[in-house]
Amino acid sequence: MSGPLLEVEGLWKTYHAHPVLRGVDLKVDAHEVVCLIGASGSGKSTLLRCVNLLEEVDDGAITLDGDEITAPGADPDEVRKRIGMVFQSYNLFPHMSVLDNITLAPVRVHRRGRREAEERARELLERFGLADKAAEYPDRLSGGQQQRVAIIRAMACDPSLLLLDEVTSALDPELVTEVMGIIRELKDQGMTMILATHEMGFARDIADTVCFLSDGVLLERGPAEQIFTEPREPRTREFLRRVLASRRL
Amino acid sequence: MTATPDTWVKSERQLARERARRRAGIRNGSLAAASTIVFLAVVVGGVLASPGWPSVQDKFFDWGEFKGAFPDVLDGFWMNVRIFLIAEPVILVLGLLVALARGLRNPLFFPLRALAVLYTDVFRGIPTILLVFMIGFGLPALRLQGLPTDPAVLGGGALVLSYGAYVAEVFRAGIESIHPSQRSAARSLGLSQAQALRFVVLPQAVRRVVPPLLNDFASLQKDTALVGTLGVVEALRQAQIHSAEDFNYTPYLAAAVLFIALTVPMARFTDHLAARAERRRAPGGK
Ligand SMILES: Nc1ncnc2c1ncn2[C@@H]1O[C@H](COP(=O)(O)OP(=O)(O)OP(=O)(O)O)[C@@H](O)[C@H]1O
Ligand SMILES: [Mg+2]
Repeated sequence: MSGPLLEVEGLWKTYHAHPVLRGVDLKVDAHEVVCLIGASGSGKSTLLRCVNLLEEVDDGAITLDGDEITAPGADPDEVRKRIGMVFQSYNLFPHMSVLDNITLAPVRVHRRGRREAEERARELLERFGLADKAAEYPDRLSGGQQQRVAIIRAMACDPSLLLLDEVTSALDPELVTEVMGIIRELKDQGMTMILATHEMGFARDIADTVCFLSDGVLLERGPAEQIFTEPREPRTREFLRRVLASRRL
Repeated sequence: MTATPDTWVKSERQLARERARRRAGIRNGSLAAASTIVFLAVVVGGVLASPGWPSVQDKFFDWGEFKGAFPDVLDGFWMNVRIFLIAEPVILVLGLLVALARGLRNPLFFPLRALAVLYTDVFRGIPTILLVFMIGFGLPALRLQGLPTDPAVLGGGALVLSYGAYVAEVFRAGIESIHPSQRSAARSLGLSQAQALRFVVLPQAVRRVVPPLLNDFASLQKDTALVGTLGVVEALRQAQIHSAEDFNYTPYLAAAVLFIALTVPMARFTDHLAARAERRRAPGGK
């Protein structure tokens, strides 16, 4: 293994002179699952969007597999081909069937044959229990099904890194487990993932590493077990105490 | 839980409810019919009883005049239909191109974007009839080689320029109504800006603007009559000619009937599409 898969160094991001990320450092190894936790507004989504170059960074560098993707000449489209992203609100394309949602990027971006792309899509749908939904339109699916399709859509491009931004927080509790199941399965297959989440139980269960963000600063980082049982930083402790109290976990 | 779905027999309460609903339906229907009859009787009676009715009937509702003028007016109407059928697709293409030009972000295309803004601002501001005059009479006066001189073509061109500006704005509104998260999702999959527009944003935007576009086209159908001011013999012009012969306005009625016959189906179709879109959006739509 030669260095981390993703390396974020001294990342700054401001909106209208208001700093949202303040010098964030983060390393993610291949096959590692990292969970970002932190209060609402601490910058979790912004960090993920920066990694996927959906936001322009204001300072610092992001390196993927040894290439600096924030370098002036880097092509964002090339970078995004290697990174998958799943959003809180699913963002499926409502005018396309489930199958077309999944095959759009493989066919148009990765130039795979339609037959091959569809075969692969059906295989993924089958594996995640959605085989009978291939021809459905997104608005005919439950939230949990939509989010599973969104994850499959991101996976269909065989990304080397998957970013998941609060993928369960728009879902009813009984639908959360089915989406978590799919993420767990991806972990078992060795997928490298960064998840922003409010589900502490899930973070503890699935993460190799947990990072606590507070006001745009990556305050503490460590193995899941350590962060949840003996956090070093008082602010991490305070955050976890409040979250656990409110959610009776 | 007493009944399973396949043994369900409607309860007495439900049957009574359905009887009541049927009775209410019949009552509503009779009320609507009765009020319509009374309303029509009052209006028609009022018009027929008015002192000027005999002369109005003479000037506007002369069956002999109608029959005499109708074939020629219909002949002229064919010109309106042709102008409409040719102008409509050109307007769609022009409007879409202008809307896309306004969305260009590359600094290289700044002149195109500026031109698109200028075009929509100017041509939406000029009254259509004025534009028809300016192009129909002004352009030939320049006596430039290669410019068309057929007034039907010039008038149609004026309509295209005027409606193109409106349609461009309709398309632009449609494009902007698509939530930015759709674009983010497309870009995150590796689609380029142009691909995101082509495969994700535009198809949704176009679907959304079909009803307002049809609305604009109903109005274009009527405005084809403006081309008559350039001397093109179309329905309104034919009606005018016949009307002048006998000092009778009934030929205009013939033209009106033809225009209505064209626009009413379009309006109903628009309503139908709007209702369908509404139904689609209703159950758990995002
Ligand atoms: N496009 C934007 N323009 C201006 N401010 C923004 C924008 N996006 C995010 N912010 C601000 O940046 C801060 C961090 O937002 P971010 O969405 O990254 O937080 P988060 O940790 O994901 O919160 P949550 O848990 O609620 O999703 C917030 O204060 C937010 O208001
Ligand atoms: Mg967020």
